[in-house]
Amino acid sequence: MSARAAGAPSLQGVARCGSRLGRIMRLMFTANGLMSYLFLYAPILVLVIFSFNASRFVTDWAGFSLRWYAKLFDDAAMMAALKNSLIVAFASTLVSTLFGTMTALAMERYEFFGKLGLDALLYLPIIIPEISMAVMLLLFFILARIPLGITTIIISHIAFNISFVTVVVRARLAGMDRQLEEAAQDLYANELKTFWRVTLPLMMPGILAGALMAFTLSLDDFVITFFTAGVGSTTLPLRIYSMVKLGITPEINAVSTVLIAASMTLVLFSLLLQRERRTEKVRNI
Amino acid sequence: MISEQVARKTSLWELLRRRPGLQALVLLLPSLFWLIVFFAFPLLIVLVYSFLRRGPYGQIVWDFNLENYGRFLDPLYLKIFLRSFKIATLTTVFCFLFGYPMAYWMATRPRRWRNALLLLLMIPFWTNFLVRTYAWILILRDTGLINNVLMSVGLIRQPLPLFGNDFAIIVGLVYGWFPDMVLPCYAAIERLDFSLVEAAQDLYANELRAFARIIFPLSLPGVIAGSILVFIPSLGAYVTPDLLGGAKSVMIGNIIQNQFLTVRDYPFGSAISFALMTLMLIAALVYFRVGGRTL
Repeated sequence: MSARAAGAPSLQGVARCGSRLGRIMRLMFTANGLMSYLFLYAPILVLVIFSFNASRFVTDWAGFSLRWYAKLFDDAAMMAALKNSLIVAFASTLVSTLFGTMTALAMERYEFFGKLGLDALLYLPIIIPEISMAVMLLLFFILARIPLGITTIIISHIAFNISFVTVVVRARLAGMDRQLEEAAQDLYANELKTFWRVTLPLMMPGILAGALMAFTLSLDDFVITFFTAGVGSTTLPLRIYSMVKLGITPEINAVSTVLIAASMTLVLFSLLLQRERRTEKVRNI
Repeated sequence: MISEQVARKTSLWELLRRRPGLQALVLLLPSLFWLIVFFAFPLLIVLVYSFLRRGPYGQIVWDFNLENYGRFLDPLYLKIFLRSFKIATLTTVFCFLFGYPMAYWMATRPRRWRNALLLLLMIPFWTNFLVRTYAWILILRDTGLINNVLMSVGLIRQPLPLFGNDFAIIVGLVYGWFPDMVLPCYAAIERLDFSLVEAAQDLYANELRAFARIIFPLSLPGVIAGSILVFIPSLGAYVTPDLLGGAKSVMIGNIIQNQFLTVRDYPFGSAISFALMTLMLIAALVYFRVGGRTL
């Protein structure tokens, strides 16, 4: 009863009836729910567990060992890929966060001609299949005679990250209380001062969440990077891919585990920052 | 001199201050530039290229024709298109069969649990897709976890064909897009007025009937939105068939890659890519129509 008092539309009504059919149905729902979580986490657990396997045979357990992690640090190609990944992620996050935040401000605070069209243009990179975006960028770089390399990867990552940052920051702006800004202006702060002292600090959780999301998307991207990379600009996902194609090794499990841990941490932070107001719409894209 | 500079600066600032339209333009300029040059323009190139032809030496021949789109009917490609549609459809069906009850279960937990359950659903979704797909190789291949366990227990003698076929692709895609089905369904179910269910039960409808007649029909927009969100990326999948499907199970995404990186028939690759994008756009419009955006 307490759950209902809190306004929770729960199955209390069904529970009250407590017929046999109802019990069986609830049991099946619970079983399906738990199995689904198992399905979602099992592959990740398998990866993590076998990354600590001492054996060189990937799925034969031979005791706990950190040797594959140690091997990662000795692998020059892997370290170069890590460096490239970080350069790309930092550069694309910096630019797309700045551009995306500015766009969000314009979209949320101003009325102008062509807003609807711009909205569509902003949603397109999120909607279209990655492979389509990848090949059109490749074709563009070839025709524009821009040599493929780390620059083209960064350009491409900015192109899809702007949209994601805009969506996240806009959500924050839309949920913001404008009374504080009005109060500041009532107290004779000019527009610029109001922006720096009130609007920007209030937007900050959204901007940070957007930046973290952009960083994760950039760090994790494979398809678009695969098509826009050149010689010597291999990122971590590309390195993992080429290793998988050559044959499964425990080292792949180790680097995969590192990547999963990194993106889980980043995303958790990003979601927590966004949560403040929008708990019901965790992923509003 | 200095005062003149200050005056000019102030007037510029004043101009910006007085004209909100100008402010919006300044704010939009960087993104607009980027999206036009590195997104809209490449998109246009692909569209134009899809009507051109590749010459015998790999050069581009500028005669506008619909030949590339006609080649879709070539049995070789038609087979792959149909397989892609089949795989995407089956993926959507399985996501629904397991995802809808999951969403219902989550939405009927006590409120304090729901956010945690949602977060738990989202976390794997946001981790590296390539890596998560790779993990399925460890589980499904002939010497993988499932076959190893089943063989050591003695249930089977030959490894089950779990890897390098359509089955593996569907498992990988269901795994990849499962939350995309659950979230819209959850949002639709969670906002339902459950007093309707109680009313039905007061009128002696049993649980199954109340579910089939009230909850499910009312949450249908969520199901449609979720189905689109799963079907779209499944149809355009590239990594999953590449890693789990092997040489035998090829999908649309793989032909596009093949045209661009191996055969270098850019016009044909562009045509397939553009057709795929058009399908996605239509689906996206339906999605927004159904109210997916508010879900």
